[in-house]
Amino acid sequence: MGVAGETAPQALRGPSWDGRFTVLILFLPPALLLFTLFVVLPIGEAAWYSAFNWNGFGKPTNWIGFDNYRFVLETRAFWLALRNNGLIIAVSLAIQLPLALTLALMLAERFRGAVALRMLFFMPYILAEIATGLIFSFVYDGDYGLVASIWRTFGAEPLHLLASTDTAMLAVLIVIVWKYFGFHMMLFIAALQGLDKSLIEAARIDGATRSQALRHVVIPLLYPTIRLSVFFAIVGSLQLFDLVMPLTRGGPADSSNTMVSFLYNNGISRMRVGYGSAIGVILFVICVTFAFTYKRWFMRDE
Amino acid sequence: MSSAETTRAPFDLAVLFKAAFLAVIAVFVLVPLLATLLGGFKSLGELRVNPFGWPTHWEWQNYADILFSARYWQLLRNSLIISTLTVTLTLIVASMAAFTFAHVRFFGSSMLLSYLTLGLLFPAATAVLPLFIRVRDLGLLDTYFGVALPQVAFSLAMSVLLLRRFFKDIPYELLEAALVDGCSYIKFFRYVTLPLSRPILATVGTITFVNSWNAYLLPLVMLNTDALYPWPLGIMIYQGEYSSEWHLILAFITLTILPTIILFLLAQKHIVAGLTAGAVKG
Repeated sequence: MGVAGETAPQALRGPSWDGRFTVLILFLPPALLLFTLFVVLPIGEAAWYSAFNWNGFGKPTNWIGFDNYRFVLETRAFWLALRNNGLIIAVSLAIQLPLALTLALMLAERFRGAVALRMLFFMPYILAEIATGLIFSFVYDGDYGLVASIWRTFGAEPLHLLASTDTAMLAVLIVIVWKYFGFHMMLFIAALQGLDKSLIEAARIDGATRSQALRHVVIPLLYPTIRLSVFFAIVGSLQLFDLVMPLTRGGPADSSNTMVSFLYNNGISRMRVGYGSAIGVILFVICVTFAFTYKRWFMRDE
Repeated sequence: MSSAETTRAPFDLAVLFKAAFLAVIAVFVLVPLLATLLGGFKSLGELRVNPFGWPTHWEWQNYADILFSARYWQLLRNSLIISTLTVTLTLIVASMAAFTFAHVRFFGSSMLLSYLTLGLLFPAATAVLPLFIRVRDLGLLDTYFGVALPQVAFSLAMSVLLLRRFFKDIPYELLEAALVDGCSYIKFFRYVTLPLSRPILATVGTITFVNSWNAYLLPLVMLNTDALYPWPLGIMIYQGEYSSEWHLILAFITLTILPTIILFLLAQKHIVAGLTAGAVKG
């Protein structure tokens, strides 16, 4: 700072440390420290703890190598949870995203009520997962809920969707669509509004019908956003937890566990630190492998 | 699409189909929310025979009992404290880091930034057991900070990225001129960058607030004392205690999601802006 006679950019890049040093030692460490302490180190420690049979008290001493991983992989409930995460991903991709895209195409145009509908559809995303789960455990309640009352008007015996291993996961999947489609719709609307309209108009002038323009111009222009939406949907699906707890807690008989609720039920609530950490590491490896592969294959241009 | 297309025939089948489709989705979204709100106004007996409809007799008492209970306000207070702590710390720490990454050139800058942004990939749940042990060893278990500090750490990656991109748009000449005039980096940050960045600070702040306000897993692991519980924990316990008294539970749910909905209506611009800004590029 204040290197007289020099032009400013040179002064900034110059060899002297001037004011930059103060900024560097004051401004960066808090962020780096917090991030390292509470994000990076715990992930490393999860790998370390997963090699022990440990209840979290004292120091971990009972080294058992990879046994925790073997125990996890030998548990049928873990594979059920993994399958459920797969189901959530499938429903997100096959139902949620197409629905969101269709709605975005409808609501990106200006007409009376469009903005109000956008806000309404986005509302479930703002609600806490816990509140959403409780609302739907009322909806599904076999005695008081909406589903039960519909059933009764048809004279059928009310069924307890969340209490049956056949239907619990299906019920959870419906809530997932309800809660998250609005988020993806908003992403698509933002992308549609950022599109270069002249390309679409050019296609129309060249004689393309509305649906041709949509299929050959608009959708391809949306590919980057669609890829991003798919990415969010999958990463979000892999981490789903809060929504499952108020609905089923992973039950009945582990039929609606996700990997994280399995981790919670088996690792955290019983303080089986080694076992739980092994689940965490498996989830971590799945997430990171997916993220890097996806980025490499599908998002290279961004 | 082009505005010419908005003039259409009065009985356009496509328009009709579209309206019907939107109406179905709107009903799908609205019914659970309305049933929750209205269910809180019913007696348990009425709820059983009439879960859908308008209450025949409005039971204001359900809502009044909760609004006059100390428990409800305590939950909101705890949530407010944790969220405010999280937002304040995130904004301070993230904006300082973002400013450094945006305006100060130093060796290793891009490497450190990549290190921080790796955080976007890490799911909090994977590390929650070691995190619990770390927080316990720091003596922060069962404190507001024990919840807030990890939340700050996990919100840093996205916050730093959003802020840095905005800071970079502040004309470089402005910083140059200020430095030549003898202004320090820190003063520039305090008196130029931050005031100019109110919109993005509001966006990052709102998103962080909503995430923290709704969070469940971290508080669940880090807090043991009822008196410290934020509302998502409190409402789960309430539901457990009143297991099938749905009229009370519904009133309680309504009153706890009300602040969220009000915040959303006030700050929806910032929330949507943050989502899409964060989404356009990672």
